[in-house]
Amino acid sequence: EKIAAKKKRRKEREALGDKAPPKAVPKTIENQRVYDETTVDPNDEEVAFDEATDEFAPYFNRQTVPKILITTSDRPRGRTVRFCEQLSTVIPNSHVYYRRGLALKRIIPQCIARDFTDLIVINEDRKIPNGLVLSHLPDGPTAHFRMSSVRLRKEIKRKGKEPTEHVPEVILNNFTTRLGHSVGRMFASLFPHDPQFIGRQVATFHNQRDYIFFRFHRYIFKSEKKVGIQELGPRFTLKLRSLQKGTFDSKFGEYEWIHKRREMDMNRRKFHL
Amino acid sequence: FLSPQVVWDMLGNRQFCSYKITTKTQNFCRNEYNLTGLCNRSSCPLANSQYATVREEKGRCYLYMKTIERAPFPRRLWERVLLSKNYEKALEEIDENLIYWPRFIRHKCKQRFTKITQYLIRIRKLTLKRQRKIVPLRRKIERREKRREEKALIAAQLDNAIEKELLERLKQDTYGDIYNFPIHAFDKALQQQEADSESESDAEKEEEDEEADKREFVEADDSDLSDFEDMDKLETSSEEEQEEEEEVEKKASHSKSKGKTPLKGPARRKRPYIEIEYEEETEPGTKTKAA
Repeated sequence: EKIAAKKKRRKEREALGDKAPPKAVPKTIENQRVYDETTVDPNDEEVAFDEATDEFAPYFNRQTVPKILITTSDRPRGRTVRFCEQLSTVIPNSHVYYRRGLALKRIIPQCIARDFTDLIVINEDRKIPNGLVLSHLPDGPTAHFRMSSVRLRKEIKRKGKEPTEHVPEVILNNFTTRLGHSVGRMFASLFPHDPQFIGRQVATFHNQRDYIFFRFHRYIFKSEKKVGIQELGPRFTLKLRSLQKGTFDSKFGEYEWIHKRREMDMNRRKFHL
Repeated sequence: FLSPQVVWDMLGNRQFCSYKITTKTQNFCRNEYNLTGLCNRSSCPLANSQYATVREEKGRCYLYMKTIERAPFPRRLWERVLLSKNYEKALEEIDENLIYWPRFIRHKCKQRFTKITQYLIRIRKLTLKRQRKIVPLRRKIERREKRREEKALIAAQLDNAIEKELLERLKQDTYGDIYNFPIHAFDKALQQQEADSESESDAEKEEEDEEADKREFVEADDSDLSDFEDMDKLETSSEEEQEEEEEVEKKASHSKSKGKTPLKGPARRKRPYIEIEYEEETEPGTKTKAA
């Protein structure tokens, strides 16, 4: 009967011709999203002031150059190791170090001493990476994500080459709420400030319904209105589990936001990022 | 009256012993009072009326002893002695308790005690290090998350979003002058195209001269009538950004064009300096037009 109704509607529309009412907009989850009070207004002064004084201010004022340390949990398996290597080619100025059973609490002061600005720990389970801890080092926020659908470079269908050493551009999509803003700034602070357009590479963090999709592409402008993109580099999706105020500390840290399954998963139209 | 010899004859080899585990190479004894863990004539606690073991409970070690006198009293059968925490002292205690006992049992007791203390030390050391917390996955939740992720992926339409964003940035001139799409020229050219073909080319040339002197290709231009058709295709890109067509960054465009666009022989020859990225069909046409 739905098909019949649709046909009828279409006939009416055609019959009316120009006078037909405009097409109804279909309802999507994005349309029906519960309004979040912490949505950031671009002109919000409070938020702007916050961002000027929070832990990323030195980065955004260009006082610090990002230097990343990538590591894994104990005894990484092959897939995780390869993923770490690829990730380090995507993020410029990053170094991969093996964990070898060192306690995170002890390596953090060492990292700070050696001028690292960020720490990424990739957690592994059953031979695949499944978690990511991103911690901004000099006493910055720590975000713990659940990582899923990780694709290594050779698993992506494409015929491109390796990413070069050029600094990529960064695209952050859809980070609307206050929480999303801080997470987005965290991601932005991983990459150096001035992208080298010669490289034509772009790293995208796209937030959709609380899932952050990461892609790495090479683009080329075929004309003013047409751009071609070619995916190179690994891809993965993240889901934020918790955001801590200080550096990584599982017991005594002050949590800014935790994903509470009971409350937050109940409503299908409510998202937090 | 059950002598140990008879017991062993029955349980050891012939009949069933519930504590016995047989494997290809060896027999094990599951009895908790067994000293060595193997099923032997000398290690079976059931088949020996004088027997001793060392067992640990909650981190403390005890010496258990069984003698013939207490054989008819199962409740009082095993006598328990707490061993000192000090390793050497405990060994001496074992010795003085098991004085006049067979050598085998004494020796094995001390060995067992040593092993136990070693693993207790290890436990204490490990608990001080970082513990890996095992969190159970919940199948329903995992499935739900996966499904939601897929739907979100479809809703995201990543490629389109990225392309849109890149075009936005191009519009807002974040790339500067690396790319130049002289749409302005096209628009004007299109308007003139309708009027007269020849005057059109003149007008274009004038525009060119006005805009940029640095354009080296101006002299090498040909205005072909055949190219006008191609111009029509570009009509759609009318409202695009306004590029200052001053500088043509050769290097950038060189690298780009080498990467993607196939070389079009005659067009390139005509204008080796300008690298204008167009859609490939219209490339020669637009180039000549722009010139």
